Amino acid sequence: MVAKTFTVEEGWEYMKNNGILKLIRILEGLSEPSFTIAESMMLYTTVYNMCNQHPRPDNSEKVYKKYQEVFEEYIIPKVLPSIKEKHGELMLMELVKRWVNHKVMIRWLSRFFEYLSRSYLVKKLDFSPLEELGVTRFRNLVYLEVGRNAIDVVITLINKEREGQQIDRGLLKNVSDFFIEIGSECINCYEMDFEALMLRDTSEYYSHKASKWIVEDSCPDYMLKASECLKRERDRVSHYMHPSTEKKLVEKVQHELLMVKSKQLLEKECSGFCALLREERVEDLSRMYRLYHEIPQGLENIASIYKEHITGEGTALVKEAEDAATNQLCGLQVLIRKITKLLDKYVALVKDLFSNHSLFNKALKEAFEVFCNKAVAGRSSAELLAASCDNILHKGGNESDEDIEETLEKVVKLLAFIYDKDLFAEFYRKKLARRLLFDRGANEDHEKSILSKMKQQCGGLFTSKMEGMVTDIILAREYQTKLVEYLRSNSNANPGFDFSVTVLTSGCWPTYKSFNLSLPTEMAKCVQVFKDFYDTQTKHRRLTWIYSLGTCNINAKFETKTIELIVSTYQAAALLLFNSSDRLSFSEIRTQLNLTDDDLVRLLHSLSCAKYKILKKEPNTKTISPTDNFEFNYKFTDRMRRIKIPVPPVDERKKVIEEVDKDRRYTIDAVIVRIMKSRKVLELQKLVIECVEQLSNMFKPDIKLIKMRIEDLITRDYLERDQDNPSMFKYLA
Amino acid sequence: MRRSASRKTGQPNSTPSLNSSPADLFRSASSKATTKELERIDALYHSYANGSSAMIDPEGIEALCSDMEVDHTDVRILMLAWKMKAEKQGYFSLEEWRRGLKALRADTVNKLKKALPELEKEVKRPTNFVDFYSYAFRYCLTEEKQKSIDIESICELLDLVLGSQFREQVDFFVDYLKTQNDYKVINNDQWMGFYRFCNEISFPDFSNYDPELAWPLILDNFVEWMLAKQS
Repeated sequence: MVAKTFTVEEGWEYMKNNGILKLIRILEGLSEPSFTIAESMMLYTTVYNMCNQHPRPDNSEKVYKKYQEVFEEYIIPKVLPSIKEKHGELMLMELVKRWVNHKVMIRWLSRFFEYLSRSYLVKKLDFSPLEELGVTRFRNLVYLEVGRNAIDVVITLINKEREGQQIDRGLLKNVSDFFIEIGSECINCYEMDFEALMLRDTSEYYSHKASKWIVEDSCPDYMLKASECLKRERDRVSHYMHPSTEKKLVEKVQHELLMVKSKQLLEKECSGFCALLREERVEDLSRMYRLYHEIPQGLENIASIYKEHITGEGTALVKEAEDAATNQLCGLQVLIRKITKLLDKYVALVKDLFSNHSLFNKALKEAFEVFCNKAVAGRSSAELLAASCDNILHKGGNESDEDIEETLEKVVKLLAFIYDKDLFAEFYRKKLARRLLFDRGANEDHEKSILSKMKQQCGGLFTSKMEGMVTDIILAREYQTKLVEYLRSNSNANPGFDFSVTVLTSGCWPTYKSFNLSLPTEMAKCVQVFKDFYDTQTKHRRLTWIYSLGTCNINAKFETKTIELIVSTYQAAALLLFNSSDRLSFSEIRTQLNLTDDDLVRLLHSLSCAKYKILKKEPNTKTISPTDNFEFNYKFTDRMRRIKIPVPPVDERKKVIEEVDKDRRYTIDAVIVRIMKSRKVLELQKLVIECVEQLSNMFKPDIKLIKMRIEDLITRDYLERDQDNPSMFKYLA
Repeated sequence: MRRSASRKTGQPNSTPSLNSSPADLFRSASSKATTKELERIDALYHSYANGSSAMIDPEGIEALCSDMEVDHTDVRILMLAWKMKAEKQGYFSLEEWRRGLKALRADTVNKLKKALPELEKEVKRPTNFVDFYSYAFRYCLTEEKQKSIDIESICELLDLVLGSQFREQVDFFVDYLKTQNDYKVINNDQWMGFYRFCNEISFPDFSNYDPELAWPLILDNFVEWMLAKQS
């Protein structure tokens, strides 16, 4: 088609009269019919003609400019003032209306001027397309002018709604959409202007509320309000804001209501976290967990208060036991029972209310570690726990098997919190030995059961020796049966009275010193007989006799009656001496028995100065001295036919602690060497961390001890300090 | 062939005297001594050496010291031993003697005596001092396979070697060593650690001391002891 030659001015006149002004009339709501297709076509063609002059110059640029001016010429005189003359909600409504209009305008005009898109703008790629241009015009001319006001109005309305009043949510949605649409790729009006200001205002709003509520409300009430607010804010976003705002908005509210005031909230005197724990307010605690769970690091404060709370309660229990100053076992049992109850309570709480969250489990563990390692009445917790186990397993309790099992289970759980596990093991072993050797009929099932629980908790290495001890006792019974048979078939071997021997595997049992007690002939024969028997059963075994652990039943013929005495082998040996002598001095007894002075003093004390005076002592003082003389006390009598004469055990506590300390040094050495052998070069701090971790099942070494061992290893040429970096150590092959 | 050792002073064929600049002594330590000097050095050696062992023994050293008018417990004798790289405490071998005196450009007792101040300066230079300090410990290990030195001797050694530089630290540490019961001997690691300690740690507040770092345990205990005393 040949272009008619007319000027841009002429063409523009046509555009204006038939297109632009008509469009404006439509937009202004005046009764004006819509554009027909023919009219649209004409307008399009006019643009085409304007651009394609013959001969060229290309007027596209002029037309493009005119296009832009159309918007300006409408917006500035008409649109903007109409918005500006209104206020508040009405202003918003006008704004929305004008924006809707504008979109219509852009649509029509883009259609009319489409030719520009196809030709001119194709070449000018960095010029804005027509639609975008339209939006830009509105943004620059309207939004930049009234946008701030609009935002302020919106914020005011939001706050009104927060205070409980009804607002026009639909309007706000439209305004919000406007903010979103008015932006461009580079200028995010919604986020940078509206959202930013709205969030700031929200922070201020809730900060103010928080300060008010924290003073007026109890912790549960405050949390209820917070929970409500969060719910409403989420609801708000879903109704009239962009979804991306939700996360940011919720964060602000959480920050102001829950984090800023967290310390005051949790530590509230009568209603804070501790109070809720005490009163077991399940619902409130659950809410607290839910609220803080969402906030990163939100639970940390709560967990630390949890730890403090538990530590406080536990420490109080320990102090209570300490103040009661009971060295009595029952006081101790009460304490252990109370602590296990505490454990059950708080473990359940973490599970039920805090979803077994690791932060709370850690807090619980650390809390228990604090007070479970406190000494009570001078005895370490390791010793106390071992004593408690001993008490439970001692024959003579009236509790049912299930109860005992349960108690054992709980006590073993406490073992997890004790640092000095190796010390516990030593005390336990010593007491186990006494139970196995002196408690006739000790309940093996319980013994095995507690060992398997300890094995589960602390590993096989921990319980291997103890298991060996129990096995020995079972084996001993088998041997005893065989021994009886052997004696029956070898009548000349029979010493004439019953005897039994328990063979202990030396590695498993605590170390016992063996003294060369001079045995009475009767007992000496037993020893020989057993040796012969044992040689028929095994090869290459060496027997070392520990007489201090034996017991003996002797019939003592007193003047009035014969009483059966249950005594230790040492006591029996001493008493039997009086079968051949009426009167013996301390030194005579010592020579004949071949015991140390200390042992002899204790032994004679138990027979002559304690409850049952089987021997008469001259002089009749309360203590034994090397110049004393002894006689058999014919006049002794008792209403019982059989009495047990105990020898008080030596206090082995110091010895046990010393042994454990010594073992620890070797253990640490071995661990350090093992670590350094594989790492070759390692920094002190890392070495310490690894050591502590590897030893955590046995005990908690302090850094001084580790350093000491490292220095010892340096002296022994296992390690050396790095010349250039003094905090590094090197393994010397 | 006579070796000319006087390039630096720019005077050909003249024996460098001890009046030449200090730098010369050290730079020319790679023994450019003349044969005459070497002979004199040897002769001097034999004048102090014990006839039967052919080494200078403690008696000989004492004689040497009195000739130099220096006390035999003076730190400068230790420095001399260091310069000689002497291996056995109280003894100098011929090789060691030659090494030391050649390096010091001394072939008479007088020259040796006059070389001492320079030697002191040389030792005190930071690069040399660590070496000297380390040497001092090794020198006191008299028995074969000995790894540590008893407290009494260490206290004396510390005073001798570090006393001038770190008077306070040495005094307090010596105090501590004599009071404590944990350690009866000091090993090389602890010895070297103490020097590092004096150099790095602010005294007497110990504000930058961290016991969690790899300082020898004895120093951790020392700091604890000091802080307890101060409070």
